[in-house]
Amino acid sequence: MKAFAALFEALDATTKTSAKTAALSAYFTAAPAQDRVWTIALLSGKRPKRAATSTELRNWAAEEAGLPLWLVEETYPIVGDLAETIALILPPPRLQTDRSLTEWITLLADLTGKDKDTRRAGILAAWDGLRPTERFLFNKLITGGFRMGVSRGLMTRALAAASGIEDSVIAHRLMGNWTPAETSYEQLISPEDDAASSSRPYPFALASALEGGPDALGPVEDWAAEWKWDGIRAQVIARPGAFALWSRGEELITDSFPELGILSRSLPKGTVIDAEIVAWGDAGLQPFASLQKRIGRKTVSKKLLAEAPVRLIAYDLLEDGGRDLRQSPYATRRAGLDRIVSSLPPGAPLIASPLLEARDWAALAKKRAEARDHLAEGLMLKRRTAPYHLGRKRGDWWKWKLDPYSVDAVMIYAQSGHGRRATLFTDFTFALRDGNDLVPFAKAYSGLTDAEFREITAWVKANTLEKFGPVRRVPPELVFELAFEGIQESARHKSGIALRFPRMLRWRRDKPASEIDSLDSLRALLKAAHSPPRP
Amino acid sequence: MAREPVLSFTERGLYCPAGDFYIDPWRPVDRALITHGHSDHARSGHRAYLATHAALPVMRHRLGQISAEGLTFGETRQIGGALVSFHPAGHVPGSAQIRVEVGGEVWVVSGDYKLEEDGLSEPFTPVRCDTFITECTFGLPAFHWQPQAVVARQIADWWAANRAAGRISVLGAYGLGKAQRLMAALAAQGLPGPIATHGAIEVTTEILRNQGYALPPTQPVSLQKPDASCLVIAPPSALGSAWARKLGPVSEAFASGWMALRGVRRRRGPGTGFIVSDHADWPGLNRAIAETGASRIFATHGYTTAFQKWLAHQGYDAGIVSTEWQGETQDPETPT
Ligand SMILES: [Zn+2]
Ligand SMILES: [Zn+2]
Repeated sequence: MKAFAALFEALDATTKTSAKTAALSAYFTAAPAQDRVWTIALLSGKRPKRAATSTELRNWAAEEAGLPLWLVEETYPIVGDLAETIALILPPPRLQTDRSLTEWITLLADLTGKDKDTRRAGILAAWDGLRPTERFLFNKLITGGFRMGVSRGLMTRALAAASGIEDSVIAHRLMGNWTPAETSYEQLISPEDDAASSSRPYPFALASALEGGPDALGPVEDWAAEWKWDGIRAQVIARPGAFALWSRGEELITDSFPELGILSRSLPKGTVIDAEIVAWGDAGLQPFASLQKRIGRKTVSKKLLAEAPVRLIAYDLLEDGGRDLRQSPYATRRAGLDRIVSSLPPGAPLIASPLLEARDWAALAKKRAEARDHLAEGLMLKRRTAPYHLGRKRGDWWKWKLDPYSVDAVMIYAQSGHGRRATLFTDFTFALRDGNDLVPFAKAYSGLTDAEFREITAWVKANTLEKFGPVRRVPPELVFELAFEGIQESARHKSGIALRFPRMLRWRRDKPASEIDSLDSLRALLKAAHSPPRP
Repeated sequence: MAREPVLSFTERGLYCPAGDFYIDPWRPVDRALITHGHSDHARSGHRAYLATHAALPVMRHRLGQISAEGLTFGETRQIGGALVSFHPAGHVPGSAQIRVEVGGEVWVVSGDYKLEEDGLSEPFTPVRCDTFITECTFGLPAFHWQPQAVVARQIADWWAANRAAGRISVLGAYGLGKAQRLMAALAAQGLPGPIATHGAIEVTTEILRNQGYALPPTQPVSLQKPDASCLVIAPPSALGSAWARKLGPVSEAFASGWMALRGVRRRRGPGTGFIVSDHADWPGLNRAIAETGASRIFATHGYTTAFQKWLAHQGYDAGIVSTEWQGETQDPETPT
């Protein structure tokens, strides 16, 4: 645990990529081999089985520290992280227990499923032998959510530097559902591929947001344009003996979309396609809201299948006849994709995303303005000569999204942020006018500068009307312009409306609360958004 | 018969009707008793000031021409119907708790305080009283300080490592109290190199040195350009500034109780955080309160809501004084 804690402290003390990569590769060279595997797993978002719930941890820590539970609850939002709160409130350790990261994880795995007293005793004993940073990390093993400021790409590069294996190979190996307990470090960095890789996906290529406009992109002929569909990005794997559907979050979602399973028979073996899962009814493409019924379902009833069927819109071809195509130019990959799609039987639930032809950028900009009519979020621009990159590499893939919807609303509640922003009020609830009432309709926590958050924090503190735990009710005075990507009906919301990705565009100091928008203006947007798409 | 309270809470600040004076008021008044020279306690514009002799030189420097009188620690003074005296708060050099006695009833206003002896400030002494008005800047159980010597060792190690890497160490610390306390603590361990100062730090250091506080020699950065062997002490606002960049390759750190929280450390951006505060930690607050023997406690200047609830839970008659003091609580970048 000492080596892992030192790594954590080194990563936490810097924002420089070079320093982080250096700290990681030093760790990958020197730490115990199985600890390396676990560190890779933790940084990829995997975590051990849960030995205790957050509530249990909170209760046990409060008892051990001799504090009433409410005081721990009051401390938590100030610290901003439960694992850290517990590490800080506990009395100093009386012992020094020297165990490796893997040993601690094994201990947690052994506790999992045991009766409450055994688990409690095991965790209290652990707390009593760990220094604060180690204690915090130990708690994080249980609560999950390691955020160490290390992206997947950065970890891959560090691992490549430490092992001498190419980073694309390592990135591919880290995809999918490998389990750290059954994987050795040698397997992760071995130059040869293993049999278990047959359903493993490739890392997704990601686009950067195109701010401003396409003027700097050069001739329009260099670019392929298509709609940016509003669904679930997915990778379809059809290999000998394996058919799998992966989400961008690397979840295996094959069973959630059984109607796509038919592709296992029609796609040529050795095909991997990058695509978007979209809702598709009798009338064709449906808004994202229809797809939401399907999200997070592990099993799907016949009824739901009939109500909200889906289809794949294919963007790209990554593997053709078992050959990794990612280094070929987009134009080549796209030609292969068209060939495969056209060979599918009629009615197959997979179509190719249409390419949009345009003489010049102005014509393409005009197309983009129609995106909402096509139920798209905007355009995707891909350089015809570009390979399929590993993750996000600026320059070859751009998302040219529509300007978001926006409304002016007033803040009515404020809550302190987490982590870096624990001492600031950053999470706000907003309301719109509805007749003489103010109706809460959205929450947002990003889009302002730290300086603005500081100023608003001082205002919130000076103007609090009521406190509910970490939440403060404030007078409806501060007006903000909120942007959002989509809008849909919602029975769960008091306003009857739910927004997608609301965020603060700016603080409207110039606007009094009397001039905010009304709920009716949102209802009008909702109507417009749900009128049937034009063909 | 209901008696007038010894101190009441007014919009100008804490007021003693029997003596017609205020303690650390935030609006101009005729007569102000000041616990210490930090800007959220010693404001300008009062007609007459009363503070400890030890606190006055910095106050005069910061507030300019003021009509002020000094008292020695423990010396009593009758003001109208109130008997007042100043007692060491251990917060910064010259800082005091103010004891007010009216008709046999004793109230104590803590000002800012800490219990650990820092080798420079007059050490905190508990004062028995009926009512104690306590700060609670770090009044949550997440705050536990390590002994000053341990932190000084961490700073010295960091300094030595920077020196070896050819980088100047720049340590952000509040200009009155924290900066000088760290100099003295580092000197007590044997300095790995010379201490250099930002102008704002040097001024206060020079005033305290002239008062007789034992401080190691310092050289202002403006007079001699520091090299990698130096530790430069600067106000927190100078970290990451153009001023710091001009020094050459530097490694920056910030010394504050807030560095105990990862969220705050990260919000400040890169750099090292040393956890050292001039305020009492959670065990310190609880011990100080118990040692006053007071049955009634008012919490102010910090996490008052939670702290008041905690005190009530412990059986105290507990209340809150809301203030316009902003202090260290609101934002780690505001000096107190
Ligand atoms: Zn203060
Ligand atoms: Zn102070």
